Parts: sequence; C-alpha cells; structure tokens
Amino acid sequence: MNVMSKDVDTGLTEKISVQDLKFYYGSSLALKGISMPLYERQVTAFIGPSGCGKSTLLRVLNRMYDLYPGQRAEGKIMFDGENVLDMKDLNLLRSRIGMVFQKPTPFPMTIYENIAFGLRLYERLPKSEVDARVESALEKAALWKEVKDKLHASGLSLSGGQQQRLCIARTVAIRPEVILFDEPCSALDPISTAKVEELIDELKNEFTIAIVTHNMQQAARVSQRTAFMYLGELIEFGVTQRLFTNPTDRRTQDYITGRFG
Amino acid sequence: MALDLAKYRRRRLQSSITVGLCWAASALGLTILAVILATLLFKGFAGLNLKVFTEMTPPPGSDGGLLNAIAGSLVMSFIGVAVGTPIGILAGTYMAEYGRYSKVSSVIRFINDILLSAPSIVTGLFVYEILVRPMGHFSTIAGAVALAILVIPTVIRTTENMLLLVPNQLREASSALGMPQSLVIRKVAYKAARAGMITGILLAVARVSGETAPLLFTALNNQFWSTDLNAPMASLPVVIFQYALSPYEDWQRLAWTGALLITTAVLTLSIAARYLGSSRTPQ
Repeated sequence: MNVMSKDVDTGLTEKISVQDLKFYYGSSLALKGISMPLYERQVTAFIGPSGCGKSTLLRVLNRMYDLYPGQRAEGKIMFDGENVLDMKDLNLLRSRIGMVFQKPTPFPMTIYENIAFGLRLYERLPKSEVDARVESALEKAALWKEVKDKLHASGLSLSGGQQQRLCIARTVAIRPEVILFDEPCSALDPISTAKVEELIDELKNEFTIAIVTHNMQQAARVSQRTAFMYLGELIEFGVTQRLFTNPTDRRTQDYITGRFG
Repeated sequence: MALDLAKYRRRRLQSSITVGLCWAASALGLTILAVILATLLFKGFAGLNLKVFTEMTPPPGSDGGLLNAIAGSLVMSFIGVAVGTPIGILAGTYMAEYGRYSKVSSVIRFINDILLSAPSIVTGLFVYEILVRPMGHFSTIAGAVALAILVIPTVIRTTENMLLLVPNQLREASSALGMPQSLVIRKVAYKAARAGMITGILLAVARVSGETAPLLFTALNNQFWSTDLNAPMASLPVVIFQYALSPYEDWQRLAWTGALLITTAVLTLSIAARYLGSSRTPQ
C-alpha cells in the first residue's frame, strides 16, 4: 500500500488524507463527506462561518470527539498509512497529532511542569534532558526570554498571550508530527496574535499544521493551503493565494468578500 | 417615550419594602445565632478548667472532666472520616469523570441525595441492626461505621461538584497531549479541584463530630477511659445529651462545657473550610 502519496500536481507529501468523512452529533450530520489532504510541512487553514464544521473536522483528526458520547465518524482519515478512525490507542495518536485550543489552558502547575509533564508521559528522560527539552520548546514558542527566570512560577500567573504560547510549547515539546490549532488567537490581543502567527510560520518547517480561524486575514497570512467550508461541506480547497484572489465557487467568493458569515 | 414617574415611584417603594424585609430576616437569624453563642460561651466557660481535659466523666456529685468523651469523639470521627473519605472520593470521581454520561451516575446521584438528607438517626438504627445486634453489644467500631456512612454522601457530593467545576477544556488539553484518563484525573483534575475537595472533607468532619443520634445506637457511652474498639466508647455529643438531661447540676455544667468545645471545633473547621474554598477555587 502506498503509505504516503506524493501529490502529482504539487509535489507535496500528503501527511493526512481525509476521505469521504462524515460526522454525526447524535443523529445530526455535521460533516457531509469531506475529502481533502493535509500536506506535510504546510499550513492548511480552515475558514467558514460558525457552525460550518471546521472545528468538528479538527476534532475528528485527533479523535477528540471520543471523549463525548453520541458522536461518531464514518469514512477514512489516512495518517501515515493507518486509518485514524480505526485506531485503538488514542493516547498514542494524540501524542502524534497535537492540538492547541481556542482558550489558553495551562495546567495548574508551574511553567516548567506544564511542559515537562507531557514529556515524561512517553519518554524516559534524565533530568538534564528534560531541562533541555523544556528550554527548546519554550524557545520555539518564543516564550523562553519572558519566562526563563520564573520557570517555577505557576503557569496561571502568565498573561493570556503567554499562556497560549505556553500551551503551544507544551504541544511542541512532545514532538508530534501534526499540530492542530483551533482558533488559537481568538482570545488574544493583536500583539500576542502576531507572535503566535509568526510562531506558526516557524513551526511549519518541522510540523504539519492545520489551523481553524475566523479571521480571513490570518488564514491568508499564515497558510499555504486554505479550505473553505460551509454547512458541513468542503466547498473549495486550494492554494491560499489563489483561493483568496480567484475563488472558483460563488459561495467562497461571497464569504471572503464579507457578503455573509 | 417619557418616563412613567408614578410607576417608577411604585417600583422604588416595592424595592425598599423588599430590601427592608430582607434586612429584618437576616437580623432575626443573626440575633438568634448570637444569643445561642453567647449563652454557650457564658455557660460553657463557667465549667471550663484543666480538669475537663485531664479527667474522666464523673459519677454525679463528684469532680471530673470530659477526657474520655473528647478522645472518643476524636477516635470515632477519625476512623469514620478515614474510612468514608476514600470511598466518597472514588465514587465522586467515578460520577464526574468516568461515568459522567452514564445512567449509573444519575442513579447514584439520586440515591446519594437521599442519603445526604436522610435523618442521621436512621443511619444509627441501620448500623444497630447490621452490627450491634449480631455482635451482641455496643462498640466503637459500630459508632465509627455509622459516622463513615454519614461522611460518604457529603464527600461524594463535594468531590463530584468540584470536579464538574474543572473546565472541560483542561481535560481536553490534557488528553490532546496523549495523557491517559487516569493521569488526567489524578494530575490535572484533582489538582484543579483540590481546594474544594479538601473543603468538602473538612465539612464532613465538622458534620460527623457533632452527630449524636447515630452514636446513641452504636457506640453508646462509657464512663471510663477506653481504647478498645470492640467496646462502647464515650463521645462528646452523647455525653452532652446524657448530662444535659440529668437532674445533677455538675453534670449539666459539664454538658455546657462539652457543647462549647464541640461548637468551637466545628466552627473552626467550617471557617477553615470556607477560607480554603474561597482562596483557591478551581479556575
């Protein structure tokens, strides 16, 4: 079986391939057969009006929906040759597909422990190595300079923007292959937003990234591919610049020009 | 549209009346509390001396203290809480975490609410039937079991409520790192809910340390110093009950002193619980 297919047109590798994905909340159909790739080391943005299913799609990719009853998915999500929907060890899956949420969610522990905790879950590391990994994760999240003298202060003592970068550091530290961002900047001020966006741009050199955003400028700034979703359907998917300047679908056009949404 | 002044004035009047009634009601409640506390302090302090803490409960007409009753209360409350708390925490954890959406949880919650509001004398009778009668005699163990049964529903309720206050986002964020559920609960949810859970345990301690009815049927009383868990044991509430009803003035004085001790202890625990609960609630 072809484990990771190269896309003929783009020359990019498909890290994840979503195939005819349907998702149900109870009996209501929230995703109506989505098919699309997530390319390796690219940022893919998901845009669309509220309720279009973009967050839902993200939460299917790491099986987050499994925490709740009455939610189920059909179809296939191929991830390095394996169907995510058939996976049994969800903890392992989630250590490979990390997620950053809308609201910053530092754990009620020190800044250092917020990162070291996740690290120790899957790796047996000597203290010096943990220290190094914590530092490098904080560096990557552009937070090291701000917190290096207070690593043992509570994670909750940081500002909202710092907390969100701490959450990104926490995710980066365990070295996942894919990082999902669910509206990571919606609770942040413009300066923090700019920092997180720069960060995402940096991170794409190492990780495959998917980001849900309500902010079309943000999608245009940080992503290489954009998917426009509407009412549970994928309306249009393509190179970000092309999608924003020359959309093929009328609804995409209407949405990005602000006629609805 | 113009402001309807008449209507506005009527509203103002209604508002002042309601506020006035609220004030009166709180004043009444607080006055009663103040009178009770004042009486307790006044009468209790009269009999308070070192002997209370060093001597055993006396026969009528002779000198004595409350040492065996104080020790008995401590022993039985301790065993009761030590047995009841783990059960309560585990059950509360099941209901808030593993079984949050299951039918079993709602059934347990319903039954727990009944237990919580059941008169404690029923618990006493129950333990009398299942322990005291088969054993053939009153015992400390039976008393402790009765108290444990009272601790469990309180701790279940607070544990569940505090865990439910922990935002789901925190659980999702932990799971998103690949954390197994047991770790999410122990390392993240417990940590976030810790203050509230400790508050619940303190409140349970405060509740059982003042219970009389369940002990009357189980541990009964003991005039003498005893550390035998298989024998009857004295406790402050039961001694207060017995001595306060007696015709002897020295016994009545001791009962007041005992009441003061227990009230002080419960009040201190409640204040500690409240302080803990308010200073670090789950964010």
